[in-house]
Amino acid sequence: MTRSVVDYENLLENSFTDANKSIKTSIRPRWERKKMQQQEERRTLGTVIGGDRFIPNRAGMNMDLCKHLMRTSSSDSNEDLQKVVPDDVKAVSDDKKSMYASNLSSALLGVEDVKGSRIMSYQEKAPAPKGDTVNNLNILYSASAAAARQPKANAKLVTRQIPTAPSRILDAPDLMNDYYLNLISWSDTNILAVALGQTVFLWDAGSGDIQELCSFENGPNAHISSVSWVQQGGAHLAVGTSSGTTQLWDVHAGKQLRSMDGHTDRVGSLAWNRHILSTGSRDTTIVQHDVRVARHNTAVLNTHTQEICGLAWSPDGEMLASGGNDNLLCLWDSAASARSGPRFRFTDHQAAVKALAWSPHERHLLASGGGTADRTIKFWNSHTGALLNSIDTDSQVCSLQWNPHEKEILSSHGYARNQLTLWKYPSMSKIKEFEGHTSRVLFTAVSPDGGTVMSAAADETLRFWDIFAPAHAKKTTHKEIYSVGSSSKTSWTTHIR
Amino acid sequence: MPTATANKTEITLKGSVDIVSDFFFTAINSILYQRGIYMPETFSKESKYGLTVMTTTDEGLLNYLQNVQKQVAEWLMNGLVQRLVLVVQGVDSTETLERWQFNVAVEGESGENMVPNVSKGGSNKSIKEVHDEIQAIIRQITASVTFLPLLQEPCTFDLLVYTDKEVMAPEKWADSDPCYILNSTEVKLRSFTTSVHKIDSMVSYKEADEWDI
Repeated sequence: MTRSVVDYENLLENSFTDANKSIKTSIRPRWERKKMQQQEERRTLGTVIGGDRFIPNRAGMNMDLCKHLMRTSSSDSNEDLQKVVPDDVKAVSDDKKSMYASNLSSALLGVEDVKGSRIMSYQEKAPAPKGDTVNNLNILYSASAAAARQPKANAKLVTRQIPTAPSRILDAPDLMNDYYLNLISWSDTNILAVALGQTVFLWDAGSGDIQELCSFENGPNAHISSVSWVQQGGAHLAVGTSSGTTQLWDVHAGKQLRSMDGHTDRVGSLAWNRHILSTGSRDTTIVQHDVRVARHNTAVLNTHTQEICGLAWSPDGEMLASGGNDNLLCLWDSAASARSGPRFRFTDHQAAVKALAWSPHERHLLASGGGTADRTIKFWNSHTGALLNSIDTDSQVCSLQWNPHEKEILSSHGYARNQLTLWKYPSMSKIKEFEGHTSRVLFTAVSPDGGTVMSAAADETLRFWDIFAPAHAKKTTHKEIYSVGSSSKTSWTTHIR
Repeated sequence: MPTATANKTEITLKGSVDIVSDFFFTAINSILYQRGIYMPETFSKESKYGLTVMTTTDEGLLNYLQNVQKQVAEWLMNGLVQRLVLVVQGVDSTETLERWQFNVAVEGESGENMVPNVSKGGSNKSIKEVHDEIQAIIRQITASVTFLPLLQEPCTFDLLVYTDKEVMAPEKWADSDPCYILNSTEVKLRSFTTSVHKIDSMVSYKEADEWDI
């Protein structure tokens, strides 16, 4: 027992250290466990050696190579690159290049790459086609062959050119501003008779000569109240005077042939029907004169109650239309007499009926225009007496003229615009308006060729307008179609494919 | 008409070349008639492929077509033709208005040299079948006038042949440009094959202006 306590102490100390070495248990201390864990993590994450894309991984970069490449110049660098880049990553072969190029060009440009071919054409060319080939194709495929045969200029819808301005203006001093008179007439020999005040002048529209025919100075306030040429020949002129007499003049001789009485007041309106002259007067009667016989007074018609301002025979000579200041429009048969009365008596107008015009195209079609309080144009069937249409024109209708060539009607107006209006019949749409007169357009007349309209107004001017297209020039070459009629419809079909 | 063919025997190379030439001739005539490049009165009816086709009677035109046809047949024999193009140009404006393109592809087992060999066995076609296919194309050409714009001006046409680069230009033939159309619309038409040659067809044309009425 000499082992001292000290030894025992040492023994104990040794035994403690030995215990550390010798004791092996599976249970590791906490610190050791954590260390092992970290090592594990480092091992597994070590495969993603590039790091994330935002944080560069310097370990994955070859810094020396990069520095070298940056420092050397560009010409050298290509070679270096090639040395650097491995051979199997070289550029594509030529074949693949060309295929790629051709595919690209066909995709982009839509044409095939024709570099590999030679394009040739035979040099002696085919003979040129003769004739008008384009029109033939139209014939093959157009709806109607007739339409295709028209010359190509026709295919577009052509409106006839109507000039807005008058072609001529003449001075007419002393033209009386009286709604109820009829002071102008145009013969079919192209001579215009104008009554200015007390004198009748004849103006030759072809040459421009003016001739004074006669003068009526029978007392104070004497004036000519109406003039009218015979229907054909232009040899005789009927002149109505303020005293109630109607004179018949031979214009070539310049002599008065006869003076016919029958009225007690001025003769404001005249109408010829071959050898019959109807005169309407402020004495409310209409007298039919047969100018060939001595006893000229064949009939007296007195239905009207006020001045008769409008008289018009139908083109076939069967009916006489009369309009009066009493708002009446009467239609008389040619054989009418005082006893028989008018065939029709229309009271539709609300004002004086001065404007009367028979249609040259349709039988039994009469147009009448009313005065200031009425302002309408009414269309009548003179056979049945039916009112076909009534158009409000906003202005006093002073006269009406039908277009001899097309289905159009021209009306002349007073307050406020003093215009002439061209209407399409039967649609009654306004084609054009002609302004220029500075006071109401009282009288109109149509030239014998049917192309020019002359208007006389209270502003003492005569204006000539080329409103109605003359028949000859246009219809032979190409048809000028004003509106969509049947022929223009077929010409449109050549272009509707 | 092709030589040496019966109902079920193969189409020889020469026969195929004849069929293709004849087809080109008929197609060109149809196009000239339908598009109104020559007056319709100069065409007469003929019965071909089971259809009545219009063929020109104009001497000069026939002459031209025969010359071209002869040369094209020779090239076809040697497998040198890649395509045949009919170009319609306006006389005054000299711009190409329409382009009818017929691609020629050689079928059959040909190795390096493109001389067509008659294919053995397999895809043999009878004359009837080939004619039916050609008939379909001719009908399509006729029907194409429904969508092709009207030719507004007098036109002429020209035939271009695309050959291999090495081909020598024979007498009276010269190089020409392809006459492409700018902003064209293309319509692919049918194709037919004689088991020796395969012909594709398409037409490209210039759109008509909307407001050119």
